[in-house]
Amino acid sequence: MITLRVNGTAHELDDVPPQMPLLWILRDRLGLTGTKYGCGTGLCGACTVLLDGKEAARSCLLTAESVGARAVTTIEGLAPDGGHALQRAWAAHAVPQCGYCQAGQIVQAAAFLQATPKPTPDDVDAWMSGNLCRCGTYPRIRAAILEAAADLAAGSPR
Amino acid sequence: MSPNQLSRRGFLGGLAAAGGFVLALPRAAGAPLRALTADSPDELWQAHLFLALASDGAVTIVAHRSEMGTGIRTTLPMVLADEMEADWARVTVAQALGDDRYGSQNTDGSRSIRESFTPMRRIGATARWMLEAAAAERWGVPRGECKAAQHQVLHAASGRSLGFGELAAAAAKIAPPAAEQVTLKKRSEWRLIGKEGAPIADLQGIVTGAALFGADVRLPGMLTAVIARPPVVGGMVKNYADAAALAVPGVTRVIRMPDGRTPPGFRPLGGVAVLARDTWSALQGRRQLTVEWTDGPNGDYDSAAYREQLLDSVRKPGRVVRQRGDAGAAHAAAKAAGSRLLEAEFHLPHLAHASMEPPCAVARVGSEGCEVWAPTQNPQAARDEVAAALDLPQEKVKINVTLLGGGFGRKSKPDFVVEAALLAREAGAPVRVQWTREDDLRHDYYHAVAAMRFQAALGADGMPAAWLQSSAFPPIGSTFDAAARAGSNGEIGLGFSDLPFDLPQLRVENGEAPSKVRIGWLRSVCNVFHAFGVQTFADECAHAAGRDPLEYQLALLGAPRVWDPEAEGFRFGNYGESLARHPWDVGRLRATLERAAQESGWGRKLPAGRGLGLAAHRSFCGYVAAVAEVEAGANGAMIVHRVDVAADCGQIVNPDRVRAQMEGAVLFGISLTRFGAITAKAGRIEQSNFHDYPIARMSDCPRDVRVHLIDSEAEPTGVGETGLPPVAPALGNAWFAATGKRVRELPFGG
Repeated sequence: MITLRVNGTAHELDDVPPQMPLLWILRDRLGLTGTKYGCGTGLCGACTVLLDGKEAARSCLLTAESVGARAVTTIEGLAPDGGHALQRAWAAHAVPQCGYCQAGQIVQAAAFLQATPKPTPDDVDAWMSGNLCRCGTYPRIRAAILEAAADLAAGSPR
Repeated sequence: MSPNQLSRRGFLGGLAAAGGFVLALPRAAGAPLRALTADSPDELWQAHLFLALASDGAVTIVAHRSEMGTGIRTTLPMVLADEMEADWARVTVAQALGDDRYGSQNTDGSRSIRESFTPMRRIGATARWMLEAAAAERWGVPRGECKAAQHQVLHAASGRSLGFGELAAAAAKIAPPAAEQVTLKKRSEWRLIGKEGAPIADLQGIVTGAALFGADVRLPGMLTAVIARPPVVGGMVKNYADAAALAVPGVTRVIRMPDGRTPPGFRPLGGVAVLARDTWSALQGRRQLTVEWTDGPNGDYDSAAYREQLLDSVRKPGRVVRQRGDAGAAHAAAKAAGSRLLEAEFHLPHLAHASMEPPCAVARVGSEGCEVWAPTQNPQAARDEVAAALDLPQEKVKINVTLLGGGFGRKSKPDFVVEAALLAREAGAPVRVQWTREDDLRHDYYHAVAAMRFQAALGADGMPAAWLQSSAFPPIGSTFDAAARAGSNGEIGLGFSDLPFDLPQLRVENGEAPSKVRIGWLRSVCNVFHAFGVQTFADECAHAAGRDPLEYQLALLGAPRVWDPEAEGFRFGNYGESLARHPWDVGRLRATLERAAQESGWGRKLPAGRGLGLAAHRSFCGYVAAVAEVEAGANGAMIVHRVDVAADCGQIVNPDRVRAQMEGAVLFGISLTRFGAITAKAGRIEQSNFHDYPIARMSDCPRDVRVHLIDSEAEPTGVGETGLPPVAPALGNAWFAATGKRVRELPFGG
């Protein structure tokens, strides 16, 4: 039996193999499929989640044991109504193309803006270069993050 | 099986029974549109269903093409809604099953808007006509006095109005007008077509994680399978041991797949599948599987040796595809006369699609047949292949199309769908097949490796007095015919045989190349290497002639004109379009070059170490030019500072999605220029994940990507692939301008 705290809910799970990554627990056991599989080796960022609401982590490399008591936030739990400043900026810039990587991008950006509330474009490049997008939405991701940062700095709700 | 919601038994039937208006195009060719009621005969319910209006005013529009990132699930319904005068905020998009009644659903070849723009307009305009007629009847006034506008019909003289919902039941009883009675809206009357601001249909689901991709489908009692496939195409399982795999907790079955076929076609590759209650257990089980393989004749595939074979092929005389004048004799004469001669050889590797969502599919098989949920670009091909593999009639196979996490051509081949169907039947339970990234990169339908050779003799004016070009690449036809070695006219017509240069002496040849892996369509297909060769060599000629590349390219193109490639005696596919509808217009290509040059400040002074390069290309009936600004960074890496793209895609339906496709093409082009290479050794693909098959990252993305759309009322052209071909040659030409080093092999500057 393990206990995982995900999006504010404690889940008690039986029979989880000890090395099973958080990614597959989320997707196959909890039905939280917003967090995506892209490479399984931490190279693409599609599986990014937040730990304790602020630290971006690749869930494909994280076992339940290593998560321990830390709170996990997935894209589904980022904002109850999908109204996080980043989600609003993503809509304003019509960022997604196929959309598959976007949850990981947004969650990574959420961690980034907490650590770097006033980012420069160089900061964006440094923080976001672990998140791949094959459709090539990077110009809009960059613009959306900078806009969300400005929005938050101006006192908008998260 | 769950009922098809777009049927009499499903949502649409219920809607029709409740006084809604369902407009359908019957299956028979040329048949007029029909309004359906709950008691319409069965054959009408088997129609091409596109539009439903409920009595509360809710509109449902069917998207019959697959969404893989182009925005087609937004754009096609937008066209219908605009003509209907429906309020976009009240439109819901429903995804069509794979079904012949929708005509071709193959979302491939940048065809969706080209094929469906006018039909979607007609359906919308017909609905508008019927709503106006229903209002006219209600008010007892001539139809011509009633005008639909934004979800209601107005009678200006009396100031009366009726909402679309209030008119639905009456409109359903109106006889649909003949095609000639229906007037399409004027361009000036469009509210959505060509306008900014229609939100992407799936946007909110995507940014909240709720959107359903193929990988996200979960059924009760479902097992997940991963498959160990033969490492060499045509290889087979010699023997295998599964005890250790079956001992992994969670693993329920190990199933040997039917052997792959030669040629492979769309059938699975074979191998051994491990089924488990979750993905992780299946992956652990596969690691414990021991399989011994036979390799077959492709076990000798070695990319280094094959490179030499391809180059040999283009050095030898090949099949002459096109000849203007006697270019060989003209070249020899120029050589004898001491003209400046240029010769260049090119090599570009195989590429993998590497969509962010690797192939995956869910299937269940029961007494009623097989039902599939899959991210497929081609649900009809998926249905056909599943039916054949399971020996079921086609009507017993139902293909639900999910969102695609990228496609780029990979997901038009339904081998992975067939895998799920075969395993679901064998396991007696719903089965989800998940490809890992390693599976995806090692077992793709690869973009063809290619070699090209160009020769030119420059006259006294610096222009080529003779231009000879040859290409060799394993053709896509080899996936379906093991003996195919020559490029088809269709493939050579992707930007090679239709060389638009206004030169007196031209020759285009194709050399043979055997296939050793599965070859398939990848975004822009042969245009990728053809444009790279032609546009790089043109730049080489410009520099050799001491002329500005822009001015030289315009001189090569010659005067603005529409030309007929077929007048020179070769078959030109023109992307499946007639030249009357989609002419080859040199003036439009010139205009994109001029626009890109102007917007990018061609000729401007640059910081030291930087260079500008340009390229232009027609593909999928559209015209795109790119100007790139690059710099040589540390360790020979190419830094791309800025790319300007000018695109003439005819009438633009959804400008923001066109811009997005062009931006995406810039990044896809940077990926294949700087990083992309799939290679084989002993028949085995050497790459396995993003560490050895990198794609562009945010840090590789130019700070400045500018898309300039040319306003046009011409027929809409392809968009999804059209932006890609000029990117790589523009980058290579910019690299030459920056460093003096010519790029003739990709990848380069990674």
